[in-house]
Amino acid sequence: MKKILLTVNGIYRVARSALGVVGTVSLVLLAALANAESRAAPAAQQNGSQRDAHTSAMGADDARHLLSRVGFSASNADIQSFAKLTRIEAADRLVKGATSVAVTPALPWVDELPLAPAKRQTMSREETQAERQRNNARTFELRDWWFREMLNTPSPLTEKMTLFWHNHFATSQQKVHFAPLIYRQNTLLRRNALGNFSNLLHEISRDPAMLIYLDGVNSRKQQPNENFGREVMELFTLGEGNYTEKDIKEVARAFTGWSIDRETGQFMFRKAIHDYGNKTIFGKTGNFEGDQVLDMILNRPETAQFITHKLWREFVSPEPDDKEVKRLATIFQASGYNIGKLMRLMLSSDAFYAPDNRASLIKSPVEFVVGTLKTFEIEAPNLRPFVLSAALLGQNVFAPPNVKGWPGGEAWINTATLLGRKQLLDRLFRNEDRMDVTMRAMDDMAARMGEVGQGEGQGPPGKEGRMARQMERSMGGIKWNLDAWSQRFVEQRGPNAMDAMQDMTRVVLAIPPQTTSQAPVLTLASSAADAPSNKPADWARQLVADPAYQLK
Amino acid sequence: MNRRNFLTSSLIAAGAHVVGQYQGVAWAAPSSVVVPGLANAARDSNLLNNSPYKNLLLLIELKGANDGLNTVIPYTDAEYAKLRPRIAIASDQVIKISDREGLHPSLNPLMPLWQNKELAVVQGVGYPLPNLSHFRSIDIWDTASRSEEYLDAGWLARTFAAAPVPRQFAADGVVVGSSNMGPLSGVGVRSITLADTQQFLRQAKLAQPKGDERNAALKHIMSVESDIVHAASKLNTNHQFKTEFPKSGFGNQVRTAAQMVASNAGMATIRLTLGSFDTHAGQLGTHANLLKELAEGISAFKAAMIELNRWDSTMVMTYSEFGRRPKENQSGGTDHGTASAHFVTGGRVNGGLYGQAPQLNRLDGSGNLTFAVDFRSLYASVIDQWWTGDSTKILHGKFEKLALLKT
Repeated sequence: MKKILLTVNGIYRVARSALGVVGTVSLVLLAALANAESRAAPAAQQNGSQRDAHTSAMGADDARHLLSRVGFSASNADIQSFAKLTRIEAADRLVKGATSVAVTPALPWVDELPLAPAKRQTMSREETQAERQRNNARTFELRDWWFREMLNTPSPLTEKMTLFWHNHFATSQQKVHFAPLIYRQNTLLRRNALGNFSNLLHEISRDPAMLIYLDGVNSRKQQPNENFGREVMELFTLGEGNYTEKDIKEVARAFTGWSIDRETGQFMFRKAIHDYGNKTIFGKTGNFEGDQVLDMILNRPETAQFITHKLWREFVSPEPDDKEVKRLATIFQASGYNIGKLMRLMLSSDAFYAPDNRASLIKSPVEFVVGTLKTFEIEAPNLRPFVLSAALLGQNVFAPPNVKGWPGGEAWINTATLLGRKQLLDRLFRNEDRMDVTMRAMDDMAARMGEVGQGEGQGPPGKEGRMARQMERSMGGIKWNLDAWSQRFVEQRGPNAMDAMQDMTRVVLAIPPQTTSQAPVLTLASSAADAPSNKPADWARQLVADPAYQLK
Repeated sequence: MNRRNFLTSSLIAAGAHVVGQYQGVAWAAPSSVVVPGLANAARDSNLLNNSPYKNLLLLIELKGANDGLNTVIPYTDAEYAKLRPRIAIASDQVIKISDREGLHPSLNPLMPLWQNKELAVVQGVGYPLPNLSHFRSIDIWDTASRSEEYLDAGWLARTFAAAPVPRQFAADGVVVGSSNMGPLSGVGVRSITLADTQQFLRQAKLAQPKGDERNAALKHIMSVESDIVHAASKLNTNHQFKTEFPKSGFGNQVRTAAQMVASNAGMATIRLTLGSFDTHAGQLGTHANLLKELAEGISAFKAAMIELNRWDSTMVMTYSEFGRRPKENQSGGTDHGTASAHFVTGGRVNGGLYGQAPQLNRLDGSGNLTFAVDFRSLYASVIDQWWTGDSTKILHGKFEKLALLKT
């Protein structure tokens, strides 16, 4: 009761100081308050019973939570549509509706063959350099292409999973070089994104980009390379501590001869350099070859647990519940590693919707950048500036820092990257119709390209300048209208400003804003024109500036 | 949750600073950021002078693994020329600093420091059971772990946890030119990452260290926000140096670092990053350019510190994940190696040769050098001698200290 009195007082103060119209506005607010009271009761009842959560419609808040985790944004329309489903129905719709092929047309060069080995040997230093630059440029085209796919896909979950597997089976173009191989790996990941983990593991183990990245191509009987042998267990399946150094050496022997045909760039098994001798792995001895080793690894429950644990950290919370992970992992393994089934369970679990797990994850740079474009319906004919932004913020896709992928979580946010995020938002939102200013913001970021957020293998000096110029050229043509975007919320809700605010806040933030004390007052649509500082668009600006905007 | 209530309250709070309730937790409390007034300035400067952290450590990471053998060159060792028919530095090019060792010609700008006896050249720095992966080995250096041990916090983070840097300092550490916190990574470290001071101060206006820490993720973000605001309140870019800084990326980092020190805001350490030293192919030109940038940068930093009267309270130290293989490869480059040479310099640094010259006739099974000085000995010297701390607990063991400081 005391709280309500305070709020009532507050209304009068707002009404007087900001709006100057006491009567009508306060009435609207009071009406809304009463409304809130009456709706709060059934909501509380609903939370009290777990069974209800499974059999009744999830409502807008749950829908928002789900959509922001499985995609890059949660539009008002999507929220309304998912709100009517139960949690199970929603998870079903997402998993069953998941696509496995990109809708964005492939780039024209993806099927090109690598340069003939004979040609490569006779190339001059300059020619080699030029070839390398061509592949670097193509990798940027590929990043544009992937960002486009993330924005346009009818199945954002597919892209989230593809990103997840890219981080899991981390492979960098900086070592692979030949861009078509990077594209083919990306296609492989997408095709299996919600499919079967066993197939995915078998396929990725003979993926040419992976074979180059983890030195499989050069692994021969006389000199087995242990790189893949180690990582396939430590990072891809079992996790550290579940195998011995001896296992690594033996696994490496089993994969000798898994190589690439230099003419076609396709996988090739080279019998002559494969080690056909007996190997002892996990205490079992036999003439194991690569695929058998993968099956032995898949037979161990640690593999299912490791993958489930990692998916939990990506989709549910930073602190997995070990008991629940084990339960899900058992089902995952028993299903023959059906990823879709695991995701359906995870995304409809009580833990996924637990209040403590809401907004508990930090958006990755890609989620942050793509999410901003998507949420605010910013149309960019050229996505390069945004690809570069994500790179500067610490996530340059196709160039993870190392085989462990991006550390993620809290490591995404340090003083430099947080300010980088804020600066990008600030320029976009303060000047959404003045691209020259945004361009300068991008320029600032590009100037730092060589210094911040780069993994190993930095480019030559002068790269930053080229990037900046490239961005300048490509920033033109970006279209969006924040006023129209914001006004839509007001129009949909009619005269009830608070409902509009509520809708907008739900679309933009995963939890209530931190900085409400500075929030501008939202006025009714009709008075927006005479009070520009109180426009609905200003509320949107305030919301993106809030620390909570970094969360999903 | 009940969004309607919080929204209602926030709408109201918008016009008046009302502290509202959200799920029983107060929100929208006013910011607790304190901007120090003039009265505090005197106390701050006192604190700066009384803390052991008035002694600055400038770390320079040679990213990608610097080739120690072509940095400090055993020019009289016949084995050296034999291992490197294409990339050995000819003995008449080498800047001789002893009858056995010489510096790469690009390091000429360091010679005044050497002649002044304030450049320590430490040879054979490494660790047992060397790991040859960039990532893993820099992790070992950053966390001062054993080769097979995984530690979460960086060695500087642990140092500052054991003996905290005064809160009045602008930051515990500043990372310039890299988004990786390296030895400063860890919970509770107040570190700032930036490329350029002015840009940092411009951007810092966007920080909003307000509100509650409703979960761990938000708590982390809020603490980064408040680190930004705190540091920005202490830094300025007003100082005009007479020193001319090199016009290179690394030169800019050095200028930024000098600007930080000139702010007199207090910070125990600054880390710069130069790279990439990963010279697998065509090493000669790349390496010469990098060493030139390094030497010119260090030289400019000294000049700037002398202008500020800070050279005697400054220690500069290089580090790198490992050295490179003594035998050159077929591409005119070098592959991943182990032990390497590093530099320590400063007004109170006792110049000279430390460690052990590379034993080129006693390479290990993979053709790499054995180490003579554990890298943690360098850290122990910093912690115990430079900051009068206790390194044993921080480094999980006792490491022989080098007598790096003038007595």
